[in-house]
Amino acid sequence: MSVLVQEKPDTSVQATATPLLSVDGLKTYFKTSGGLFKAVDGVSFSVEAGKTLAIVGESGCGKSVTAMSIMRLVPEPPGETVAGSIRYAGDELIGKSRREIEDLRGAEISMIFQEPMTSLNPVARVGAQIAEGLKRHKGMTDAQARERAIEMLRLVRIPSPETRVDEFPHQMSGGMRQRVMIAIALACDPKLLIADEPTTALDVTIQAQILELLRSLQDKLKTAIILITHDLGVVAENAHRVVVMYAGRVVETAPVDAIFSDAQHPYTLGLLASVPRFDDDAERLLTIPGSVPHPAHMPAGCRFSPRCTLATSKCTAEEPPLRSVASGHEVACWLAPIEKHGS
Amino acid sequence: MGQQIAYRLLLSVPVLLGVLVFGFLLLKLAPGDPAMVVAGPSATPDVVEQIRKEMGLDQPTLVQFWRYISRVAQGDLGRSMINNTSVAEELALAMVATAELMIACLAWAVPAGIAMGTIAAVFQRGLIDRVVMAFSVAGVSMPVFFIGLLLMQYLGYKWQLLPFLGRGGPLWTLEGLRHITLPAMTLGFIFVGPVARMTRASVLDVLKADFIRTARAKGLREKTVIIRHALRNALIPVVTLVGLQAGYLLGGAVVTESIYSWPGVGRLAVGAILASDMPLAQGAILSLAIAFLVINLIVDLLYGLLDPRVQHR
Repeated sequence: MSVLVQEKPDTSVQATATPLLSVDGLKTYFKTSGGLFKAVDGVSFSVEAGKTLAIVGESGCGKSVTAMSIMRLVPEPPGETVAGSIRYAGDELIGKSRREIEDLRGAEISMIFQEPMTSLNPVARVGAQIAEGLKRHKGMTDAQARERAIEMLRLVRIPSPETRVDEFPHQMSGGMRQRVMIAIALACDPKLLIADEPTTALDVTIQAQILELLRSLQDKLKTAIILITHDLGVVAENAHRVVVMYAGRVVETAPVDAIFSDAQHPYTLGLLASVPRFDDDAERLLTIPGSVPHPAHMPAGCRFSPRCTLATSKCTAEEPPLRSVASGHEVACWLAPIEKHGS
Repeated sequence: MGQQIAYRLLLSVPVLLGVLVFGFLLLKLAPGDPAMVVAGPSATPDVVEQIRKEMGLDQPTLVQFWRYISRVAQGDLGRSMINNTSVAEELALAMVATAELMIACLAWAVPAGIAMGTIAAVFQRGLIDRVVMAFSVAGVSMPVFFIGLLLMQYLGYKWQLLPFLGRGGPLWTLEGLRHITLPAMTLGFIFVGPVARMTRASVLDVLKADFIRTARAKGLREKTVIIRHALRNALIPVVTLVGLQAGYLLGGAVVTESIYSWPGVGRLAVGAILASDMPLAQGAILSLAIAFLVINLIVDLLYGLLDPRVQHR
């Protein structure tokens, strides 16, 4: 995908208004026979109504577990959210009963997943799968829910929704199924949509369509979106704010412009450098050496230090806290703010 | 759907032919001379020889086989050697009794197995799970005749709760129901275990599926997620198992019918084989094979109902 930003989203509004969702010090651990996996280890961020927050990072950095923790969809056991706070519209979600969370899911907070091919029930008609949530949360009758399901299919631009509503998932393509997932997620007008790598499994052309659809629906419905991705191109075009995660922690958070123009954390810089660019003659893509540490064996000090070319002895001894380097821009690195060369 | 049924029926023709060959050969190879059975113990060798000729038993085996299948193709299954009744008529009566027993058995054992397996899966590794699994292991490992004798001894004989001999009338009458209870319980016992185990494994598997996460993300109640989303998908392998176990069930029916003097095809087959009543035995084997094919056909059609992907092949 192209990285160059065409249309900058408005980032001037800072976190002055009460955020729709604020996550604070979230820790979700998995107890397995191989040890305690600290998949999410003290993550904090917030999302404002109608805005898009992107969470980026490599596979295994805890992005999805963070999202699942908000929805309380982490399988328990082995997983458990052991600490932290998740406040939705000022209301603390941690400690709510399962039934209270079920009332919020799909109605206030919805989620779409990475795997459109397997995320729909293969033996139920798509219309019924959209209608289900409406009957559950809005108390609609079968007929009303069906009407609304057709309307939702039209909204996500599925052609001839009146006939498609009675089809089964296997009669649809991957892109179509992801549209159905979006229709399911948005059917009850949730205020927050969590999109966990919504386009990763799709063709590039379909990816662009789905993201464009999400953007236009956000404009229309004023839904806040948490967009989880590892694709910085997607981030540039869709997000207002960015949270960069590494090994279960937030290493940098900033408005989208600042991430692309003034990234501070060596990991963020590494991610940016490893994006292919057409305006560069480099023969090889830059890569970040090494891989994400095993969650049961986290390195001492800064978790990125073993892979960081700039690491000092302080980095391997002491974990850096998130520090503000500019308005709305926080970095967890002892070296920040760093001097940049070239660029 | 109609096309699928026609296709399946066509496929069962070679199977039936095989059953005919097998049933014919089995009794040909079995000890005992049918002519002597017909003639009776006091007959002279001349009489036996004449009866053998009348029955065509002096002809080459291939000729005998050809005659046999051409008669069967016309719906003539011959007459019983012992009491000279029409085999087809005897079988028709016996098949009703066996069908009753099958239906009564499946009607409690399949829902019970599915319910037990689902509950065990939901409370995986809990106390209920252990109890259900222990029960199903016991059901699988105890032979039918043993369960039958136990139930008969206690529920039937000692405590006199239920009758344990013969059929009491059609299924819809009280006496009919009372009489079928013990045989159906006995036969069902060998079925509950495998169904419960398969359902448990299948539900556990389906609960890991992405679409279950989607259903939960919609905010559906956990009960709805399990019944409407997990169970419907989990039943597909269970239906396969029921189809595969149908043969086992028919075998169990032979034993169960013998224990409880249930006038079904199984008991008829056992009696006919013991008495060297060739036409009746062949007819009984043939009808058991047809029963097996019919159960499998029903299973295949159930697939189509449970899984919409099947219809579009």
